Amino acid sequence: MLSDITLGQYYPGGSLLHRMDARVKIVLLIGFLVAIFVFDSAIAYTVFCAVTLFLMLTSKVPMRMMLRSLKPLWWIILFTFAIHVFTTPGEEIAHIWVLSMTWEGVRHGFFICLRLVLLILLSSLLTFTTSPLALTDAMEALLSPFRRFGLPAHELAMMMTIALRFVPTLIEETDRIIKAQKSRGADFESGNLLSRLKAMIPILVPLFLSAFRRADDLAMAMEARCYRGGVGRTRMKALRTSAIDYVAVAAFVGMLAALAGCEVMGL
Amino acid sequence: MSFIEIEQVSYRYPAQGGAAENEKEEEKGRLALDDVSLSVEAGEFVAILGTNGSGKSTLAKQMNALLLPDQGHVRVGGMDTQETEDLWKIREQVGMVFQNPDNQLIAASVEDDVAFGPENLGVEPAEIRRRVHEALEAVQMTHFRTAAPHLLSGGQKQRVAIAGALAMRTKGLILDEATAMLDPQGRTEVMDCVRRIHEEQGITILYITHFMEEAALADRVFVMHDGKLVLQGKPREIFARGQELKRLGLDVPFAAELGARLRQEGLAIPKGILTKEELAAECAKLYVDRAARKGGNAENGDCF
Repeated sequence: MLSDITLGQYYPGGSLLHRMDARVKIVLLIGFLVAIFVFDSAIAYTVFCAVTLFLMLTSKVPMRMMLRSLKPLWWIILFTFAIHVFTTPGEEIAHIWVLSMTWEGVRHGFFICLRLVLLILLSSLLTFTTSPLALTDAMEALLSPFRRFGLPAHELAMMMTIALRFVPTLIEETDRIIKAQKSRGADFESGNLLSRLKAMIPILVPLFLSAFRRADDLAMAMEARCYRGGVGRTRMKALRTSAIDYVAVAAFVGMLAALAGCEVMGL
Repeated sequence: MSFIEIEQVSYRYPAQGGAAENEKEEEKGRLALDDVSLSVEAGEFVAILGTNGSGKSTLAKQMNALLLPDQGHVRVGGMDTQETEDLWKIREQVGMVFQNPDNQLIAASVEDDVAFGPENLGVEPAEIRRRVHEALEAVQMTHFRTAAPHLLSGGQKQRVAIAGALAMRTKGLILDEATAMLDPQGRTEVMDCVRRIHEEQGITILYITHFMEEAALADRVFVMHDGKLVLQGKPREIFARGQELKRLGLDVPFAAELGARLRQEGLAIPKGILTKEELAAECAKLYVDRAARKGGNAENGDCF
């Protein structure tokens, strides 16, 4: 059950998306996400969906894996949809108790959900095609201008790297602890919310203890390998922009221009 | 000059703070290392034996300046661990592989992890790539270059950790009970890997273990007990002293133990048997000798 979490899981490969500079990918992702919220015409949505689908196909990441990243957020999407369906004023389709379902609501809800889905898919596309180390390196590079204002860019990036490395390990461990506690008769499924939360304590305590022990060990191992902060450090995979990146940026700008053009012409 | 020189080193864990506090609870207040002196030559394969709490891990951490002696001196390649400027050079020369395979890999892919050491040393990217390639080749993990560490077996993780040290161009490698958490297959994997890099690259190996069979492969064995160095010598000499080892809470390799028992029963088995093959050869020799003495009627098969 816990192994379903796919965010932060890199899917190794050699596709165009994999070969892009992580910095460019992050900037384009942010740009894309903003664009999704700025343009809301039907044409824009069609373009966004087409581009997302195109990117998903070029990434060569199995479709099933990517769709799985939607699963944890399924309820939020459904909830958002329901709220929009019942709260948007307009032509009524059905009436349940005090709630009225409107045609505009369905339409609006559908597009909002589409936005959410695109948002999740695009972000997970970034984490699927970018190794966590490249991702954190890119973050470090993008944040380093703010070092002047006291932002510890390298330390944040290192924390991210370690967190990403240990997420699968800790998930495995959580699974093991749950099984161990179940085998001793712990009950996680029944009872009200409060008693279920209470049942989490025997999972969290050993998990935290072990995480602290791991942190101790890891600190020692890092020291043994001459880690002494970001000063004087080099990178094996130095970030480099290549032709693909320029093409991608050009394509993105082109898409924005086209969409803006459509907007202006009132399509 | 020896590669590693330990001169009358004593060490006591601080009463509070510091790593692994809980495990070392009973060691508080008493010396974890008590006046230990030893030296290791460059290119040697040395095993350090001892029970839990004997100070063998503490000794290991002294050798790459993760811990500093309270008294005495530790010198690695002529550099004193007390000299803070030399600290990083010492750690560059002596790599370390720890017990828990999960808690020493830092990056989310094998090659990035192997690159971690050279990156810290400020090596040029192209050179790092070359070193990573060579190191992974040496531990035969090239195939898993892009794999995520959590998908590897324990033995594979430990081999990646060894590669991480090799990529720093380390001259010595300390394995601090690196096989203790592995299954028998992983143990052989790691052991073979260690022997190979020792033979092919002449890297000094300090192998800390409580598995006697593994220690039997070393050039020299040090036995720790209660923070003191109690025995040292060639494996054959050490394992011939079965009673003494047992008193220290250590086992003797099966073949050595059986050899000793047979000798007690009055059979002419020489001292210093280490492997099953040697024991089998001695037994066969004994059989042939007796058969000859009985006037060649070994075919009766009544000698044993």
